[in-house]
Amino acid sequence: MPDKLVARRLNAYFGSNHAVCDIDVTISANQVTAVIGPSGCGKSTLVRCFNRMHEVVPGARTGGEVLLDGDDIYAPGVDPVDVRRRIGMVFQRPTPFPTMSVANNVAAGLRLNGVALTRAERNRIVEQSLRQAALWDEVKDRLNRPGTSLSGGQQQRLCVARALAVKPEVLLMDEPCSALDPISTARIEELLLELKENYTIVIVTHNMQQAARCSDFTAFMYTGNLIEFGETKQIFTNPARRETEDYITGRFG
Amino acid sequence: MVGLTVLATVLALVPLFLVLGYLLSKGASSVNWNFFTKMPTPVGQSGGGMANAIVGTFELVAVAIVMGVPVGIGAGIYLAENPARWLARAVRFAADIMMGIPSIVIGIFVYAVVVQPAGGFSTFAGAAALAIIMVPLVTRTTEEMILLVPAELREAALALGVPRWRTTLSVVVRAAGSGIATGIILAVARVAGETAPLLFTAFGNRFWSTALTQPIASLTVQVYTYAISPFADWQRQAWAGALVLTAIVLALEVGVRWITRGTARVAR
Repeated sequence: MPDKLVARRLNAYFGSNHAVCDIDVTISANQVTAVIGPSGCGKSTLVRCFNRMHEVVPGARTGGEVLLDGDDIYAPGVDPVDVRRRIGMVFQRPTPFPTMSVANNVAAGLRLNGVALTRAERNRIVEQSLRQAALWDEVKDRLNRPGTSLSGGQQQRLCVARALAVKPEVLLMDEPCSALDPISTARIEELLLELKENYTIVIVTHNMQQAARCSDFTAFMYTGNLIEFGETKQIFTNPARRETEDYITGRFG
Repeated sequence: MVGLTVLATVLALVPLFLVLGYLLSKGASSVNWNFFTKMPTPVGQSGGGMANAIVGTFELVAVAIVMGVPVGIGAGIYLAENPARWLARAVRFAADIMMGIPSIVIGIFVYAVVVQPAGGFSTFAGAAALAIIMVPLVTRTTEEMILLVPAELREAALALGVPRWRTTLSVVVRAAGSGIATGIILAVARVAGETAPLLFTAFGNRFWSTALTQPIASLTVQVYTYAISPFADWQRQAWAGALVLTAIVLALEVGVRWITRGTARVAR
């Protein structure tokens, strides 16, 4: 599998707090890579460095490189807005835009970027994105209802559809199921298997079983360092590092 | 102990009910179609109404909205988006102080700065005084409603590749929209009842006038003029004017609170 995202000597700081320390990791294209670790280990921060969302926080900065298809997204002159159009993100809590309908929520990424769409084009993109997010059948009669009128699991899939509508190459998911019930969680996990055919997925999860179920590669982090990285099967059955084994078997975390 | 607090509550409510009761009993009989449609008659003649004053109040408030609301919303957005900057802290401090300035002082200020150089009273000066009162109210309400929008919403928009300014305007401010509208309506209710600043800016007008550069009648100033006059007919109309004014302000205040019941509100 070709390399989609390569982080080299990646560091991230919140002021003087060194949250991510000298990380080298390679995310393969069209695979699901899970990032696991105990709370506070820096996994969300790491993933937020991939789409330059980390620097949005006041006082935050990064060091090192992140190569997207070989080009450093942190090179001077690179606009973070462009990066975020190629690398999308779904957050922990579903955040449909409250003043917009379901259809407008899905199309929001395009409309807010000034992309001119005819009615027909908008409807086509909305349907395609909702189908990719496995939400079309449930909301096709409710496209003009407010985005907030959906259930929690549906709202999260709406956020996935919204992220997919701008046609990113990579989709980052920061604990997307932690606010959802088990059934909605299962739907989203099924979604990952379908999505990876067309997208590269990085998913942060504090649920190890989810990582074991859904991912092809797993990165284990602890206090800002990448302890181990490898194929999920190998990490969970035969981890190379003692810390990994302790975490997987529940001795801490 | 509980008895004392109940007593205190009752005492606090007594003035409200006394005022409303008095207004109704003294003014209700004079509020009729003539009141809303007729002009003031020459002194001594009965009949006549406050049509010019009612229209005047609406016009003054409308022009004040046009002058003050965009400034207030813009300042509120700036304060919410840049909370730590020294300029933002200075503006916030200034707005808080301005809310405490007596409105008559604002009136005198506008008199010196607008009326004297222009050589006369005008609707524009009156609206300017009202706008100066409105701006800090709208600014602080806008800022607080924007800060109530969850940060996750802003992040979700940024993560879609929406530039920062567009995120602020199209997502965050829109999400705070109803709260901002509430703030504007409450500021309107406040300035609709102002008398002192209009005394030396819009001044008042016995005749029909809606021109921006001429003095204009307003419900509040008219009530003042009529109430201290020696004419029984005018005093009767003053009660009616006071009742109508109170009804307008009450309708705005109660209406806004009823419409936004159950949603997050700004501490006032």
